[in-house]
Amino acid sequence: MAETLLKIENLHAEFKVYEGHLLVLNGVGISVRTGERVGLVGEAGCGKTTTMKCVLRILPSPPGRITEGKILFRGRDILKMGPQGIQRVRGSGISMIFQDPTAALNPVFTVGDQLTSVIKYGSRGSPSKKQIRKRAIAALREVQLPDAERIFTNYPVQLSGGMRQRVCIAMALATEPELLIADEPTTSLDVTIQDQVLRLLNGLVDQHGTSVIFITHSLGVVREMTDWVYVMYAGNIVEGARNDALFANPLHPYTLGLMSALPKLTGGGIAEGIPGRIPDYLSPPSGCRFHTRCPQAMKQCSDARPRTTHVSDDHDVDCYLYGGGADE
Amino acid sequence: MSREILTVDKLQKFFATSRGTVRAVDNVSFSVLEGETLGLVGESGSGKSTVAYTVVGLHAPTSGKIVFEGNDISASVFKRPKALKKAIQIVFQDPGTSLNSRRTIQQILELPLKVHRLGDAHDRKQRVADLLDRVELPHDFMYKSPHSLGGGERQMVAIARALATSPKLIILDEPTSALDVSIQAKIINMLLKFQKEMNLSYLFITHDLSLMRNVATRVAIMYLGKICEVAPTIEFFQRPLHPYTKMLLSSIPVVSPEEEALKPAKIRSEGEIPSPVNVPPGCGFHTRCVEINGCCSQDIPEMLEVEPGHFVRCHLYSDSEDKQGKE
Repeated sequence: MAETLLKIENLHAEFKVYEGHLLVLNGVGISVRTGERVGLVGEAGCGKTTTMKCVLRILPSPPGRITEGKILFRGRDILKMGPQGIQRVRGSGISMIFQDPTAALNPVFTVGDQLTSVIKYGSRGSPSKKQIRKRAIAALREVQLPDAERIFTNYPVQLSGGMRQRVCIAMALATEPELLIADEPTTSLDVTIQDQVLRLLNGLVDQHGTSVIFITHSLGVVREMTDWVYVMYAGNIVEGARNDALFANPLHPYTLGLMSALPKLTGGGIAEGIPGRIPDYLSPPSGCRFHTRCPQAMKQCSDARPRTTHVSDDHDVDCYLYGGGADE
Repeated sequence: MSREILTVDKLQKFFATSRGTVRAVDNVSFSVLEGETLGLVGESGSGKSTVAYTVVGLHAPTSGKIVFEGNDISASVFKRPKALKKAIQIVFQDPGTSLNSRRTIQQILELPLKVHRLGDAHDRKQRVADLLDRVELPHDFMYKSPHSLGGGERQMVAIARALATSPKLIILDEPTSALDVSIQAKIINMLLKFQKEMNLSYLFITHDLSLMRNVATRVAIMYLGKICEVAPTIEFFQRPLHPYTKMLLSSIPVVSPEEEALKPAKIRSEGEIPSPVNVPPGCGFHTRCVEINGCCSQDIPEMLEVEPGHFVRCHLYSDSEDKQGKE
């Protein structure tokens, strides 16, 4: 078994607002092994992006604050690193691709300007200007952009959405990171372009042996892109399983609700979905945060959080239905 | 067979820009039958929203005819009789911007009632309450403003507003694409319920084919301002014909092996939709098509009825002369 590259343990984060504290992350635990592609699925506002911002230490603070937990990257706690240490992690350790490539690129600099600074500050040693340019063009070629020399001199507005996202991928992979965080990289793209970008990303990740955390709200994308899947609800990981185990046998009532709400190509209508909406983080429900919407809620669900139950070697679920007791 | 409620014939809508003419909608013909849902599917830039806006009257067509229940409504919307405006309503994609943030929900829902003189002042409040009941929102939402509502709830209000005038045709312009799947499920089921109760017709604009499989009666695919395939839903998914349709279907990420089996053999998605300012000659799709022949880059293919009700615009199906041409 490959060694663990990133391990998030019991991560709690909150945001201070006028009305009080938004208790967003409530003990998130995720681990990524070397070379593994991990998916993180959940609906809008469940804390997926917040978790990843904690990993890169780009959580705006204030108002955000990490109150508890550890984020171990190669065994070292990111939360305890000094400015230089975290700079090194961001440079050649972990890169991120954001959802909206238009917002991620600076409109007043050319693609070349932005790509060369990433290579200049992110790489080990001090490459010459010529080397940097060569590497930047190679990076653009690698993401299958036609006419890389021209795109190098283009501004982001001159490119289409799919091409911009390819530039962002080139930027993220230019420094050969060990871990790539892809935050909904294809949500703003059309389905045929999404297919191209995902295929490209998959190919590059295989070729470089990069580990990936793939954040998305689309179960379909997760199924095609990842080895292991975490399902997140209201700041908790509610289920974690190997890809095929999760899709063959989803366990948590929330995962089941999500799957049934999804329109299928096989037809047969759409189930009623999940009643209610994601809870207010100012005063989240006690116990299991899903109990207010859960069709199978029991008395104990509102009393205390369920412990993670190992259903099998490749399937964990945080739910009382599967025999686990309360968390301490 | 139910009667046609909306007929769009050879609709064109061009926009003049400094960089040339954008041929957003180019020779689009379709019809919507009473009580059915026609799914109009396409990528961004295919012109599907322009079709919607032209039908509802936000754009005047460049040429072509729009006929609603026997009335020609292709002239400017200012000349459109109020009764016809009342009968056609639209729900926009983003309820965050389609609801006035400075009005309360009551004011928003009252406006169409006032415009169309439905009920007096006292009666209207009751009607607003009834509308909220219909979309299963509590009555105290009347006094709230849109920004204090969640995305799903806002879209419910937008749907209630569309229902306020008891329309016959509702144009749904990607009503759920900004929402989570669990909320989408709720809204879609509600829309289907209203359709049954009020015998509504929907022109459902979306990019989500899996959703159309479960909602639409017929599906039309748009690419670069033209419709390239129309078929009844089941037939459409069992036997997709146009190469673009096949590319779309094989690009959809799915969650089960059963769905995987329904997708046509993997067609690698290549290239991007060309700019509607520089429409390629011949078939608009030939720049990305895997089954391209010599004539594709020269002649614009005609719409052909390959099976009853199944139309396709592609040279692959045009060589058999016995097939009767349409349009």
